[in-house]
Amino acid sequence: MKTKTSTSVKQQEYVKKCKRNEIKIKLYQLMIFICFIFLWEYAAKNGIINDFIFCSPSKLFITMLSMLKDGSLLYHIAVTLYETLLGFAIVIAGSLIVATIFWWNETLSKVLEPYLVVLNALPKSALAPVLIVWLGANKTTIIVCACSVAVFGSILNIYTGFINVDSDKIKLIKTLKGSRFQCLKLVVLPSNVPNIISIMKVNIGLCLVGVVIGEFLAAREGLGYLIIYGSQTFKMSNVLLSILILCIIAMMLYMILQHIEKKLAEYF
Amino acid sequence: MDTPILEFLRVNFSYHTISCETPSLKDISFKLNQNEFVSFVGPSGCGKTTLLNIVAGLLTDYTGKILFHGNTSNPSDLNIGYMLQKDHLLEWRTIYKNLTLGLEIQKTLNRPHLELIDELLKTYGLWDFRNAYPRQLSGGMRQRAALIRTLALSPDILLLDEPFSALDYQTRLNVSDDIGSIIKEKGISTLLVTHDLAEAISMADKIIVLSKRPGTIKSVIPIELSIPNRTPKTARNAPEFNKYYNEIWEAIYDENQDFN
Repeated sequence: MKTKTSTSVKQQEYVKKCKRNEIKIKLYQLMIFICFIFLWEYAAKNGIINDFIFCSPSKLFITMLSMLKDGSLLYHIAVTLYETLLGFAIVIAGSLIVATIFWWNETLSKVLEPYLVVLNALPKSALAPVLIVWLGANKTTIIVCACSVAVFGSILNIYTGFINVDSDKIKLIKTLKGSRFQCLKLVVLPSNVPNIISIMKVNIGLCLVGVVIGEFLAAREGLGYLIIYGSQTFKMSNVLLSILILCIIAMMLYMILQHIEKKLAEYF
Repeated sequence: MDTPILEFLRVNFSYHTISCETPSLKDISFKLNQNEFVSFVGPSGCGKTTLLNIVAGLLTDYTGKILFHGNTSNPSDLNIGYMLQKDHLLEWRTIYKNLTLGLEIQKTLNRPHLELIDELLKTYGLWDFRNAYPRQLSGGMRQRAALIRTLALSPDILLLDEPFSALDYQTRLNVSDDIGSIIKEKGISTLLVTHDLAEAISMADKIIVLSKRPGTIKSVIPIELSIPNRTPKTARNAPEFNKYYNEIWEAIYDENQDFN
């Protein structure tokens, strides 16, 4: 938000103070990270912790370089990202469609609601072994697993947003002789864009969780597979590197959605 | 006088819930003539908004007869403009896009209609704001925009449901003056529902007092003010203004005492 610049001395001082504060916070955040890396490396080098089990930043870095060189790291990242994004797209499209059907048909939504609530509360990791038996150890299983983690909560939340639209806005469309479809198109969907984006922010993370669960059990590739394989063969540098990369992926996906949210916030 | 544009004949309406039936309107009969401005006043919960919803065709489960131009036709055949308490401009559309909403819905986005909107925008001082978003406008401007959205469909009957109640006092006087003049000038038959007796007297040709729930018609008071070219603002200076105010106040006050 740009405001008209009336720059009195006081205003300039205030802005400076705010900016200084912001930089200070960023510096502290960076310092925590550097201290952590430094302490870890120091402890591993001097035998305070066992570097075979706990690994060390330098070992991680060497592993990363070698895996980058043979291309295996990027391949595993690409697989996990692909599965996550595909699962996420299916979750969002699916829950939008189902929520719209529920909004259209109140009886149906009332009939199915308890089932959805139960499925949403169920720990989805319990489903994964069943999915392998039913669908086989392949990508489909992993994507279904990712969807199962996110889709039920997503439907419930989007539907709640749909039915909480200001009833007077619906009345307005009706006084203009709009149809039910026009209520959906002109009021319900647009007024729910911020809500849907914030649901997406939660679900992108959940999809990643689902993909990793799926890869633990049913994959020959991907970061989840790398973690399981690494821990079974005591290649701790592989495990920790994968976890680190998962952190970065989760953060990046979240930040992309947050950026979109900020852009849209200007209009809603 | 020609046949009235709208006539209610012994209309009753009840709301139903699982636990009870709540009669809302009882035995309502009145006429709205061409170019006439009729205002309903009454205690809250007396079914004023219900009455407008019935006229607008949003509630169809009434008993009795409603005539439009003397025919028992479906209200959806008639062009009825409805202004709600709040402006309900859609925040994600520009002012212009908000004003064309009705045309868009009724698929009549054509040149003459758009020219009418342009003209209304210019007349009512919103032309420079046509590409702004609603949140950039003041309360009074938003309400005027809501009126243009309603007028863009060239309504035969205009329904106003406390359209100024969300505004602060000063804006309220100005906007009701603006809107009252616009309606008079266009000669649109109007039903106004309000709590504000002064507002009702200043704008209406006829005031209908409703009783507590279930709403019945208590009295009908024609307003005749002896000032030339009355507008809602000048009407407040008319010598008869206080007389009417007291008369209507008594009618409502009586009503409340009955129940004490």
